[in-house]
Amino acid sequence: MNNYTFFPGCSCASEGDAKAYGWSINAVSRYLGSEFQELKDWNCCGSTPSASVDELGSYCMAARDLALAEQKGFDLVTPCSACYVILGRTNVYLKKYPALKSSITQALAAGGLKYNGTVNVRHALDVLTNDVGFDVIAAKVKKPLKGLKVAPYYGCQVVRPGFGVDHPENPKVMDELISSLGADPVPFPLKTHCCGGSLIITEEELVLGLLARILESAISNGAQCLITACPLCQMNLDAYQGKVKKKFKTNYNLPSLYFTQLMGIAFGLSGVDIGLKLGIINSEEVLANYL
Amino acid sequence: METKTKPKHFIDEIAAIPGGENIRLCIQCGTCTASCPNADAMDFVPSQLIAMARADLREEVLRSRGMWYCLSCYLCTVRCPRGVKITELMHTLEYLSLKEGLANVRTLTPNMYRLFNHYCSMGSLPEIWFTTRFYVQTNPLRAWRMIPVGLNLLKRGRISFKTRKLTIEGSRQLKAILDEAESLGGAK
Repeated sequence: MNNYTFFPGCSCASEGDAKAYGWSINAVSRYLGSEFQELKDWNCCGSTPSASVDELGSYCMAARDLALAEQKGFDLVTPCSACYVILGRTNVYLKKYPALKSSITQALAAGGLKYNGTVNVRHALDVLTNDVGFDVIAAKVKKPLKGLKVAPYYGCQVVRPGFGVDHPENPKVMDELISSLGADPVPFPLKTHCCGGSLIITEEELVLGLLARILESAISNGAQCLITACPLCQMNLDAYQGKVKKKFKTNYNLPSLYFTQLMGIAFGLSGVDIGLKLGIINSEEVLANYL
Repeated sequence: METKTKPKHFIDEIAAIPGGENIRLCIQCGTCTASCPNADAMDFVPSQLIAMARADLREEVLRSRGMWYCLSCYLCTVRCPRGVKITELMHTLEYLSLKEGLANVRTLTPNMYRLFNHYCSMGSLPEIWFTTRFYVQTNPLRAWRMIPVGLNLLKRGRISFKTRKLTIEGSRQLKAILDEAESLGGAK
């Protein structure tokens, strides 16, 4: 059994909008025999906005989580691409910039913590595919998703600036995952284009345009549903799809699932345990043959 | 921590910030700008901001709204043939611009980031209170228009009115760390 320390981040925590991502990770990892133990008393990683407001403070927020995780001794896994970049960047910067490291060390000491830089920050997509192995995943499939056409949407921060999951512009890991589950990955040229992230809050008109291009690319290539590895991507593509439809007068109706939900369906796990009903765009019609 | 005087030139100031050290290597090829999904919305695009920084146009750069349209998608960063960390550079410009009260007023992103950080630094981001407070403070009409999206999320059980809280010890610890960070000032 593989052991990991789990960092859900604010969105995938039980109070977050992406709680179904957290649920499905729990269900799938249990089924695959991996142990995800939530990091106790973790704090928000600061995400990208914090670095723009309080640069040193934002590194210190992430460093507290890393220091707490170090006490556990396992890889730190997060399902959120933003958390992944922030925690990963803090780790890299601590090694690269001695002056920054001494400031962070001093700040951590004020909270009685010390970080030695030994934590390996991982994305759940990496862990649940590469650590498990595609052959094992394929062998665990109970309901092959035969005939289902799935768009693998990576977004940005799981592959960029690049902490090792896959190629920054043409990743394949999610495509391979879809094939292992028996489904067909559709060609998807915009699979690593940006969903707009948190700028949906302030620059909605711009971001709706970015979302429209991504949805069009997936749908025109025959996708019946889309999978994501980031709570924010899922939120934008799912909850704002109605606004995209209205603005661009289209009839898009593309369910957006977390990749772990698709795994859960193929593994025959209960729809309740993986939170299928939490999607805004109903996925049950498209998935009817497999549920 | 030793006190540092502000470097004479803006370019030196940027180069001294973690992630900013490669700015001098820029060859103005424009790959960053051509890769940027939001370049159309910027008054000055990333390559122009770098050229302006080199020309020591500190205030013009910090008053620009260019960096506030950065989505942190890192496409420029992975494509830059000279290893300039453009995304981090945009974050640094945002930070300096906010710190000095020069943030562009034609976009609400600086306000959003500040409110975001306010919640994060307390330990967790309560999505519903953060977004509602932001819309009501900055644009009540927008709050009104968001009601259908909010209702859909509410119906699916994706909105939680309960805020996640750290333990008392955890909150104290985080506060002590961030207070110390503040007294150390800046990420140098």
